[in-house]
Amino acid sequence: MLGLGSFWLPVDASSTTQYVDHLFNFIFLLCTLFFILIVFVTVLFAFKYRRKSASQRTSPISGNHKLELIWSVIPGVLLVIIFAWGFRDYMSLRVPPRDALEIRVTGVKWAWSFTYPVDGIVTTDLVVPEGRPVKLIMVSQDVLHSFFVPAFRIKQDVVPHRYSVVWFEATKTGNYNIFCTEYCGTGHSQMLSQVKVLSGSDYQDWIDRGGEEAGSAGRSSVDVGKHLYKKQACYTCHSIDGTSGVGPTFQGLYGSKEKLESGDEILVDDNFIRKSIIDPGADVTEGFPPVMPTYKGRLNDKQITALIDYLKSIGTDKVKN
Amino acid sequence: MNYLTAKKGFKSWLFTLDHKRIGLMYLVAVLSFFFLGGVFALLVRAELWTPAGDMFTADMYNKFFTLHGAIMVFLFIIPSVPASLGNFLIPLMIGAKDVAFPRLNLLSWYIYVLGALFFFYTLLFGSLDTGWTFYTPYSSQTGTSVISATLGAFILGFSSILTGVNFIVTIHKMRAPGLTWGRLPLLIWALYATAVIQVLATPVLAITLLLLVVERAFGIGFFDSTIGGDPVLFQHFFWFYSHPAVYIMILPGFGIISELITVHARKRIFGYNAIAASSVAIAVIGFLVWGHHMFVSGQSSFASMVFSFLTFAVAVPTAIKVFSWVATLYRGSIAFTAPMLYALAFIFLFSIGGLTGIFLGAIAVDVHLHDTYFVVAHFHYVMMGGTVIAFIGGIHHWWPKLFGRMYNEGWARLGCFLIFIGFNLTFFSQFVMGSRGMPRRYHSYVPEYAIWHQLSTIGSLVLGLGLVLTLVYLLHSLFWGKRAPHNPWGGESLEWQAATPPIEFNFTKQPVVTSGPYDFPEIEQDRS
Repeated sequence: MLGLGSFWLPVDASSTTQYVDHLFNFIFLLCTLFFILIVFVTVLFAFKYRRKSASQRTSPISGNHKLELIWSVIPGVLLVIIFAWGFRDYMSLRVPPRDALEIRVTGVKWAWSFTYPVDGIVTTDLVVPEGRPVKLIMVSQDVLHSFFVPAFRIKQDVVPHRYSVVWFEATKTGNYNIFCTEYCGTGHSQMLSQVKVLSGSDYQDWIDRGGEEAGSAGRSSVDVGKHLYKKQACYTCHSIDGTSGVGPTFQGLYGSKEKLESGDEILVDDNFIRKSIIDPGADVTEGFPPVMPTYKGRLNDKQITALIDYLKSIGTDKVKN
Repeated sequence: MNYLTAKKGFKSWLFTLDHKRIGLMYLVAVLSFFFLGGVFALLVRAELWTPAGDMFTADMYNKFFTLHGAIMVFLFIIPSVPASLGNFLIPLMIGAKDVAFPRLNLLSWYIYVLGALFFFYTLLFGSLDTGWTFYTPYSSQTGTSVISATLGAFILGFSSILTGVNFIVTIHKMRAPGLTWGRLPLLIWALYATAVIQVLATPVLAITLLLLVVERAFGIGFFDSTIGGDPVLFQHFFWFYSHPAVYIMILPGFGIISELITVHARKRIFGYNAIAASSVAIAVIGFLVWGHHMFVSGQSSFASMVFSFLTFAVAVPTAIKVFSWVATLYRGSIAFTAPMLYALAFIFLFSIGGLTGIFLGAIAVDVHLHDTYFVVAHFHYVMMGGTVIAFIGGIHHWWPKLFGRMYNEGWARLGCFLIFIGFNLTFFSQFVMGSRGMPRRYHSYVPEYAIWHQLSTIGSLVLGLGLVLTLVYLLHSLFWGKRAPHNPWGGESLEWQAATPPIEFNFTKQPVVTSGPYDFPEIEQDRS
């Protein structure tokens, strides 16, 4: 409508945008009209009835029931229309079609993970086929998060110990931002992912490859680990340049001896790293808060091994050299 | 011998029972916190100049926006107009010697100071990073000083309740002979409606925050789902207070605007009954709309529908007020004094704030806009463009009565202009980035929003400059300003009959009221 969308609203890449954009534009036009009316009349009066002499007479008018009735009823009726329209479209946003593809979403400080109904596919970006309804069943592992895709106009809070649902049908291939819109602490603004909309056949290929990106075959385990370090947002807490974050830096970590909160000293080896990923609360390094979420179920064995290999590659031995 | 010079010394202020002095002490306190909250706002805007989180760490940034919000809401805007101007003006406007309970009045100031001390403690030891909304389960788990901050807000609540009770009794029982409810200045109606909300809603916040403290201190699960609580329940409790609190913030602003427009246009208010009744209607319906903060929280669709409908119901009385103010200008005698400029700025800014609320009340559209900068812009247009602009306008309007001095009109107009331009630049750009998807409370952001953030940051500097300029010429006027005449604007309500500045017990003899507050001598005789 009037091309307003291109300025006020982000790109439109889902069938769900129609439930927001039409009403947005309708309200926008109505509000602009009322605003111009208010400002025009105010400026007109302010100019026309500006004080010209100290003793200027003013009108005794103190009200007009007919006028007051008109300006109560007209906005009232318009508001009821907007209410009904908004509720109707909201219900369309709430109720997913029956044949929707179901993907499970987990929000955790500070990353998203997506679990596919196909065995073993767990990703950090949401890969979906174009033109097919997708239903997301979401839960949080810690505090509140909120799943927001501006290009689809969908948003739903993600709550611990309770499932919430949101749906969309992507209409254009491409990559679109996923934001977390419920404040969740240090890494809130880093909790970014993307929706990757593929054509139906590309999506099927992707599923057949077991959720690996095209061209990823033949990569070394270290490279896969390095990739996971980014995709799983390990970097929000663990640096690789020696600076201390929410958690210990990965630089020089492998092969070093770390003091634990329990007072014991431990050698950082393959088993310790594995345990720290699966059960992070068991052995916490001294001086760091016990806040790391478990990655059990969000990383498979191959991926954990790749992360260990990556840590090895930037571990103590390498730094010394 | 006026109230400022009647008694001397530090103690005469700290132990004063004079509502005017207590009002001034509140004014100094709330404006100090406005300044402090403003500094945090500028730090936030500075960080957002670039997309990368490069100026402060994420944890520092999170503390800055939390402290900005918490200070502005609990220490500045909730007490702002009622406790300062309200305290000063209510007895004067109704022709009374003081409020009904002067000792309670002083007590509520000390309770306010005690609550503020808890916030200072929070600021210095551990700080706060929950956002001013304290959402669980984050607030039950974070390592910052949530307990001291919530206790501070809890204590401030009692200050608010006591002030509210005091005002209700004062307005009911202490009006001058002849001052019927139909002759009350509209500011008094607005402060009355505000006081009712303060008394009824604040206890709910107190209980909610206490439950949060108990959860954190003793591990009893109310809101934290890992120990059996429900995080969404907190949101219901919190907004059951905090939405009516929005009306605690804005209703006094409405009241001020009714006074400024009538006096500076020397014109009877248009639709007195409708404006007075709409204040009360807003206060009542305002209790039943809290769920519109929770359309995407997971509350039932049915609940969302009811809350959306009631939200639109509250929009009607608000629209009536705006239309009535504009109609009041018709065939008036409009002087472009600083208070009138602020009133006109209010109509402009509050209209944007109110109209953008319609977007957020429509559930489907809110799904997209919720927790984006669109919401941030909306409530700043209402709270700052509305309440704060009305507050500053009110300070200019009653400044001569408060201190017996006139400020420089030219500087005042320049200050108003800078504030108006700076404000719009700061917050209008936030509407655009918000509807384009920029989430709030982000320390870093994707580069496509950079231009809007930069406009906003530039605007915030202009706005800050305007506010500092205003502070400077107002303080200057205290010492070097012209002596104010008894009634510089030609106001008709009772406070203008008192001496300037007023004497210790306001009036030399009991005033008697025989006409309405807006029956200016310039008004032509009714033809009917």
